[in-house]
Amino acid sequence: MSILSPRSAKQGCGGQLRRLVVLWCMVLACGLLGLGGEATGQTVGGYERADIEYGLTVYRSQCAICHGEAGNAVPGVDFRAGQFRRVSSDREMRALLATGIPESGMPPADLDAAESAGIIAYLRNMNFDTGGITLGDASRGQLVFEGKGECMRCHRVQGRGPRVAPELTAIGRLRAPSTLRRSLLDPTASMRPINRPVVLVTADGSRISGRRLNEDSYTVQIIDDEERLRSFDKVDLREFTVLAESPMPSYADQLSAQELADLLAYLVSLKG
Amino acid sequence: MKRLPIVLSLSLIGFGGVATGQVRSSEIETSSFEPVTWERLVNAEEEPQNWLMYSGTFDSKRHSRLDQVHNRNVNRLELKWTHQLSALDRAETTPLVVDGVMFITEAPSNVLAVDAATGRPYWRYEHELPEDLRICCGRNNRGVAILGDTLYMSTLDAHLAAIDARTGNLLWASEAADYRSGYSKTAAPLIVKDKVVTGIAGGEFGIRGFLDAYNASTGTRDWRTYTIPGPDNPDNQSWSGDSWRTGGSPTWITGSYDPELDLVYWGTGNPGPDYNGDVRIGDNLYADSALALDGDTGDLNWYFQFTPHDVHDWDAIQIPVLADLEVDGRVRKVMMWANRNAFFYVIDRETGEYLSGTPFAKQTWAEGLDENGRPIRRPNTFPTPEGTLVAPDASGGTNWQSPTYSPRTELFYVMAFDGEAEFYIRDEEYIDGERFTGGGQQRMLPIDKYTSAVRAIDPRTGNRRWEYQVRPQTWSGLLSTAGDIVFGGTIDGYFYALDAVSGQELWHISLGAEVRAAPMTYAVDGQQYVTIAAGNVVYTFGLIEEVD
Repeated sequence: MSILSPRSAKQGCGGQLRRLVVLWCMVLACGLLGLGGEATGQTVGGYERADIEYGLTVYRSQCAICHGEAGNAVPGVDFRAGQFRRVSSDREMRALLATGIPESGMPPADLDAAESAGIIAYLRNMNFDTGGITLGDASRGQLVFEGKGECMRCHRVQGRGPRVAPELTAIGRLRAPSTLRRSLLDPTASMRPINRPVVLVTADGSRISGRRLNEDSYTVQIIDDEERLRSFDKVDLREFTVLAESPMPSYADQLSAQELADLLAYLVSLKG
Repeated sequence: MKRLPIVLSLSLIGFGGVATGQVRSSEIETSSFEPVTWERLVNAEEEPQNWLMYSGTFDSKRHSRLDQVHNRNVNRLELKWTHQLSALDRAETTPLVVDGVMFITEAPSNVLAVDAATGRPYWRYEHELPEDLRICCGRNNRGVAILGDTLYMSTLDAHLAAIDARTGNLLWASEAADYRSGYSKTAAPLIVKDKVVTGIAGGEFGIRGFLDAYNASTGTRDWRTYTIPGPDNPDNQSWSGDSWRTGGSPTWITGSYDPELDLVYWGTGNPGPDYNGDVRIGDNLYADSALALDGDTGDLNWYFQFTPHDVHDWDAIQIPVLADLEVDGRVRKVMMWANRNAFFYVIDRETGEYLSGTPFAKQTWAEGLDENGRPIRRPNTFPTPEGTLVAPDASGGTNWQSPTYSPRTELFYVMAFDGEAEFYIRDEEYIDGERFTGGGQQRMLPIDKYTSAVRAIDPRTGNRRWEYQVRPQTWSGLLSTAGDIVFGGTIDGYFYALDAVSGQELWHISLGAEVRAAPMTYAVDGQQYVTIAAGNVVYTFGLIEEVD
């Protein structure tokens, strides 16, 4: 899961707006490029199955009471038929969800980034087959996380686990289910550019490994494997290697489809 | 950036492995940090290379034992690094430094970790805020507290946030009060054993103030002490009618703590509405007071009210400075307090007994203080519809900016202001979440016609030893060091060093932006640094390196 942000539940250079844009771009990119899952049936109509399934749960809890399970309970609106009164693009849909429609009594929805991505994916694909197991059972997923998956050897959740890999306490708010799924299946391809394992050798021959937090023209900042924040002048380093491979294994072959679905459900449930 | 090899000799003991030797900074990589235990906090004075809490130590002297930079070489300070804060707002932060890692807060409610030797970033935490905040006085944050591996930060939406100091991840955020009713939080919390003590702002919104302590691990609230007592307390009678419910008395700057007495000392702000005392007849306890609270329970041990029935917005929101002083031939545990009402007080911090009080800035509202420290008010100084000219103005003889006390010179240093203003009263209905001030003030002259000055006060006599004038009105805090220097800034963008004994200016530099923060100092790899925020930039200075 090394692509996941090492940063806080609410941090990042541009705040939530930027994250929303990034997520939107990811959703868009997935749609345009058919990333990863297309060949394995993981996308539906350009949206990833994991997002659609998650969107269904959000829809049922927050939307169905007015719009109905079938999405046609409000006159003039039929989600299943693609009939929207006020929006056409996903961007407009996201904005409308955030503001609500006060004159109609629709309240603003307090959705995090993952929920927003999910509900839009679902609204675009209400006819999809819900018999899949992309999102499984979160409580079983926690057992996988802490047991067979050995995720806590590197990741930290709610104060438990080491800090050598990105913290996951609120990852379910920050990342869409589809992004999390890609991380589980292909962690190296999902690594963020800055957040990569590094190995340093100092002038006195000390070898230090850790995770890069920041690098500029002259210096590099890391959290080392002993969870210390350390800064180095690059000119003083005998070696400085940025590893291309994520230390996290792919779970494509290590977990069954059900275990993978359960693990994903657990990650999605981590809201901080 | 390759650092030049430098040779430094240090006179300090306890300087982390480089106390007596020489060190080439380029051979030592920074940084890491060990968990900040309660014992480290209690003994913070013993590790001057670090700055472990808002005022440096629990007694809030804001004095450092570092003396590599001293009054004979301070003119050799040079800029070592800057860090541009991404939030375009005025910085009022005092950073912490722990074993080479610096934690800086920025507006509105963010914190970042940087390498203290280079200013380069490790991580940054942005606290999400609602858009409908009720803020009286700017979108500010003044600093964090640390215990173990966790940072604690106040947020403008009236939460206390706990953040992993190694990763910047949010651990929990506890809501102190509803921001929509005008509650907010800007001050650095204070660690007291296993608790996080933290105040509240909102004195211009008719809040009912309180001081909270939260469990540092879980974020659950261990105690809350209201700064306006409820009807079950006889002191509630100091408020007419139901005025206590909207009486303000916030706690918006960091207090102090005496581990031996286990007493938390904290100031309280103005009663509300600020300028209309007619709707809250009485002394309005415990507004404008120093409170001494039991660290475990929050029970009020004693209080001292500086300005009974305040009608000029003279919050007692200053840092309580604790020291042991010889008074009348006897060593007393005292609290020194330069108050917004323009009097400098010395109070016995064990009992709350008033020991002395003298004006340190221009004031026209009181003939003096009686034997109990209660002001003897002059007539015709209350606000009127036509305006009443009074000194000091509402910003006070000083305000929230940090003072400092040097045990070497035994002088108390404060940024003072000789202002005056016409005060007005008006009827104002309380509406939840709306401003509730009951009047206002108007200065009659341009701001640069009034004097700001760093003043050195002898706490034994209250006499002024020296002053260093700056213009116009300045909001910088102060720092004193064992190098016999007082550092401070100006609103017109200067950072300067004064001789702590004489007040003579030793060095200054233009930073190009308003200084509204307090300086602090620390050391990494044998190099002493002095840091000040100005505008939205954090500047760090150190001595010019000597080339081999």
